[in-house]
Amino acid sequence: MNVIENLFTGLGAMIYDFLIWLTLPDWLAAVILLFLKWLLIILVVIVDVIILIWLERKISGYIQQRLGPNRLGPGGCFQTIADTLKLMGKEDIIPRTADKVLFVIAPAMFIIVAVMLYAVVPMGKDMMIVDFDLSMLFFISVASLGTLALFMGGWGSDNKWSLMGAMRAVAQMISYEVPLAFSLLGVVMITGSLQFSEIVAAQENIWFVFLQPIAFVTYFIAATAELNRGPFDMPEAEQELTAGPYTEYTGMRWALFFLAEYTNLVAVCLMCSAVFFGGWHGPAFLPSWAWMFIKAYFFILVFFWIKWTLPRIRMDKLMEFSWKFLVPVSLGNVLLTGVGLMLFR
Amino acid sequence: MITSEKYVLNMGPQHPSTHGGMHLETIMDGEFIDDVIVHLGYDHRSVEKIAESRTYIQFIPYASRLDYLSSNLPTMAYCQAVEKLMQIEVPERAEYIRVIMGELNRIASHLLFVGSLCQDVGATTGLAYCMREREKILNLIEMTGGQRMLSSYMRIGGVSDDLPPEFFPAVKAFLDGVPNMLKEFNGLISGNEILQGRLKDVGVISKEEAIAWSLSGPNLRAAGVPYDIRKEEPYGIYDRFDFEIPTADYCDCWNRYLMRIEEMEQSARIVRQALEGLPEGEFRTKIPRILKPEKGAEVYYRIEGAKGELGFYILSDGTEKPKRLHVRAPSFINLMVLPIISKGERFQDLICNIATLDPVLGECDR
Repeated sequence: MNVIENLFTGLGAMIYDFLIWLTLPDWLAAVILLFLKWLLIILVVIVDVIILIWLERKISGYIQQRLGPNRLGPGGCFQTIADTLKLMGKEDIIPRTADKVLFVIAPAMFIIVAVMLYAVVPMGKDMMIVDFDLSMLFFISVASLGTLALFMGGWGSDNKWSLMGAMRAVAQMISYEVPLAFSLLGVVMITGSLQFSEIVAAQENIWFVFLQPIAFVTYFIAATAELNRGPFDMPEAEQELTAGPYTEYTGMRWALFFLAEYTNLVAVCLMCSAVFFGGWHGPAFLPSWAWMFIKAYFFILVFFWIKWTLPRIRMDKLMEFSWKFLVPVSLGNVLLTGVGLMLFR
Repeated sequence: MITSEKYVLNMGPQHPSTHGGMHLETIMDGEFIDDVIVHLGYDHRSVEKIAESRTYIQFIPYASRLDYLSSNLPTMAYCQAVEKLMQIEVPERAEYIRVIMGELNRIASHLLFVGSLCQDVGATTGLAYCMREREKILNLIEMTGGQRMLSSYMRIGGVSDDLPPEFFPAVKAFLDGVPNMLKEFNGLISGNEILQGRLKDVGVISKEEAIAWSLSGPNLRAAGVPYDIRKEEPYGIYDRFDFEIPTADYCDCWNRYLMRIEEMEQSARIVRQALEGLPEGEFRTKIPRILKPEKGAEVYYRIEGAKGELGFYILSDGTEKPKRLHVRAPSFINLMVLPIISKGERFQDLICNIATLDPVLGECDR
């Protein structure tokens, strides 16, 4: 049991010891180890996305009473790989009037920002790349950088649909950033720390979802909007804006946007389970990282379920919902938490 | 001082929500629509001109390509127009079969309306559910005419063949499922607050304007005018059936949607009555091989199509081919109010407006 629990941390320690044994200096060993960790993260992200795309197709198929992909491999599980190969073979088109620099940087930036989130997101007990005392602040601020990438893509494409999608993305993400941050504030007030490891450790006896139910609901709604997922998939809005900021993108550039969206999805769900659902705490028959991912996948499934059931909301109602409902409610939750802390502590 | 410029956003002819080849030149003020200019003609096959070089019987398949989502209704209208022109009597059984197939096709068309509306507002699951139900009707149509969508089952003087024996249990199974289906739609689609938020108070047209722009079909009835040719001027044997004309008093997208849902129920009611009253007998009268109406004979015949008042005008010059054939296409006339109802609304509302006006481009362009 201990071996599985410490599989990744033990492996890291072993590699570190090995590098020291090679008489490398300490700092170099640490840098190499960090590099290897990033490689692992990127690998996990890519495998995750391949699974998730297949899963989403399968689940949307079952929701819509059809089979979903079922030709390639058992249950169609190689469909995503085939699609990736197809996307790689596609012609890479850059529109003549596009702002080439922005157009090329945007997808790369989107994916880099998405992967950066994993620097602080816990994947299991002691399984964080960096565990520093402002990790939650880091998460929130980096998550909002993705908006910039979308806007760059939309502006750089020199296409009206792209620009409209990009403007919507900016408006929506900035408005939902506020309730997202406020909803996490309640948890921070209880633990008194912005560090993920401490927040999870504080949930040993009771999950924060029971102490902060309102915060959880506002977080979940705001996260849906942050992720551009239905019913808040305004920026993409396939039926209206053709594909929003992605309209002019083809092949792998387009795939990078897609990859980043799913990467964000996993990060937000990991975060959700870490902050509200006890993180790696769970019955001991499974290792901590397994619990982390089981909880995260549960939320991913809920996101899928919501997306494939609800229609898209209208832009103005979306903004109203954020500023007139979510922001006051999450602020009220902060007040309520403060009063509660005064009374019970 | 911040100033803004109006800009032109070309929606279509390749766009997911134009329901076919249609080009909307939208003049936008930010996210708001200032004007919409509808450009049609991408689906133009000169059906009316083709009619002048085909005999009366040969034109039937072309008629089914008009409103291809409810092909039995335009073919029925055309056949009945020629029958009126030639004074051909249609056997009782054929009349009943025509009503059954026509109403089933009306349900199929409305199902696709609901489905494509769901698709346009982003609820793809609604589309899948509607398609599942429509599939049952397409199977029924396949049993009768052999074709699933572009059926030429209607013939001058009757229908092409008798209803096959396996049709009756299948249609009964479908009709038994209709209340359940509508209940499911009301739960999944109508009961959804986001959908209501998207459709209510969007694309409003007043009763007077609706009449002035000669809207017809469910779009007009949503404005509170109980005008349905099946009641107003009963053609065929529609005066024998007991059914209601659903109306609403406020023509916004929401009521236009509700009209379709309620009409499906009424159509199912008509089919049930027609199946009960289905008499034995011939399914087609003998007609001459070559139809030659007398010179100068003309007819305008209209029925209540799935989209509205569907009319055929035929002028004969005494030969076996019509001199002129004109189609009064409800989709085309309904679509003309799009700029009026969309003005000042958001771009997202334009999508709902197109979907709820329910144009079929095959019929618009002809």
